Amino acid sequence: MSLVELRDVVKRFGANTVLDRVSLTVEPGEIIAVIGRSGSGKSTMLRCINGLESIQGGRIVFDGETVNDPATNLRKLRQRVGIVFQSYNLFPHLSVERNITLAPRVVKGMERDAARDLASRALARVGLADKIDAYPDQLSGGQQQRVAIARSLAMQPQLMLFDEITSALDPELTGEVLKVLEQVAKEGMTMMLVTHEIGFARRVATRLIFMHSGRIWEAGPAGDVLAKPRTPELATFLDAVLH
Amino acid sequence: MIREFSLVDIYYLLLAARWTLALTGLAFLGGGLVGLLIAVLRVSPVAPLRALGAGYISIVQGIPLLAWLFVFFFGLPILAGVRVSPWIAAMVAFSIYAGAFLGDIWRGCLQAIPRQQWEASASLGLSFADQLRYIIVPQAVRVAIPPTVGFLVQLIKNTSLAAVIGFVELTREGQLTNSTTYRPFTVYIVVAAIYFAMCFPLTQWSRSLERTLRVSR
Repeated sequence: MSLVELRDVVKRFGANTVLDRVSLTVEPGEIIAVIGRSGSGKSTMLRCINGLESIQGGRIVFDGETVNDPATNLRKLRQRVGIVFQSYNLFPHLSVERNITLAPRVVKGMERDAARDLASRALARVGLADKIDAYPDQLSGGQQQRVAIARSLAMQPQLMLFDEITSALDPELTGEVLKVLEQVAKEGMTMMLVTHEIGFARRVATRLIFMHSGRIWEAGPAGDVLAKPRTPELATFLDAVLH
Repeated sequence: MIREFSLVDIYYLLLAARWTLALTGLAFLGGGLVGLLIAVLRVSPVAPLRALGAGYISIVQGIPLLAWLFVFFFGLPILAGVRVSPWIAAMVAFSIYAGAFLGDIWRGCLQAIPRQQWEASASLGLSFADQLRYIIVPQAVRVAIPPTVGFLVQLIKNTSLAAVIGFVELTREGQLTNSTTYRPFTVYIVVAAIYFAMCFPLTQWSRSLERTLRVSR
């Protein structure tokens, strides 16, 4: 069974149609890279999957549960779908440890010691074991983003969504975050990532999706899609980002 | 009987100032509870609840505090047949009034926390109550302290209105003293000085809080 299924998803902001009958299925273990211009709907699609945005048509099913069904317990569902944002969104008043352990403790009722243990393991995965007692404003952007990844991983989600997580970072810091991302991918996590890092998408993604004006314009194995664009829109886009 | 204005009168005015402070304290407590509820209603994800909070604020803020005092002190006996003491009437009226203003101040402080903090905490599966408790309120408190202290100063001064329903606080005691000494200028200068002595430190505190809270984490 597919882990995620989008069928004819329509999302509008007022009169503006952001997602125009988008259909997509994601199998467990897949790593899907989503590329496209700003405003093509790629971030919105990601945010619809964990219910941060409501949809006006179609349906989204995650692991058998319909996300856009009002009867669905979104809180339960979100515990199984991690999301990492472009602007990190760490909680500035909490230490790195508390950032990571808050949800496991409050939402899952985990004991303090077990949660601290979980935090240090999650931090080790992102290479920041020594920062457990730091506060977000003592960390670089790249480190903050890695903490945000650790925070999501600590919930042991079945799916991770990454929403342009390196777009706010300079190239040097981008590298360290991508390395973490690649590691998470190797461990078998199902991932969907909106990215502008074409090289990274080519190397890591099992499938690449190019979105254009609210639709999935082209999709397929990353190497093929990037090497042989079938539409002028993708060709123009690649031309712009690669040069 | 007319007598001289003396140190004894100043002593009585100071004693009366205690009731000004007591009423302020109780009104702040009652208003704080109401205000907390209103602020939470105003940021609730449920639209009718938000409207309820907004309705409360506009109704209360649209009616003078004096009118609220009259409603509870003179109105309740007529409408409901319940006689209320000036204490009860003042406490209820001031709580309702302070609740609207504190609710509005705190709503602003809750809304000053970036939307992304709500999204990030929602994405981790936190409930609305947990989001408020662990993420939003702890950050909003820092923003809220200076304007809250500022409102407290307003509240101290506004308790003088309770004099009109016979609540003997500083202003009412001043009126009483004046009626026996006929020294309005002296009496009200002393009354004003006592108000100032209560409010000035708070104003200063509010200013210094604004400075320190802005720079630290």
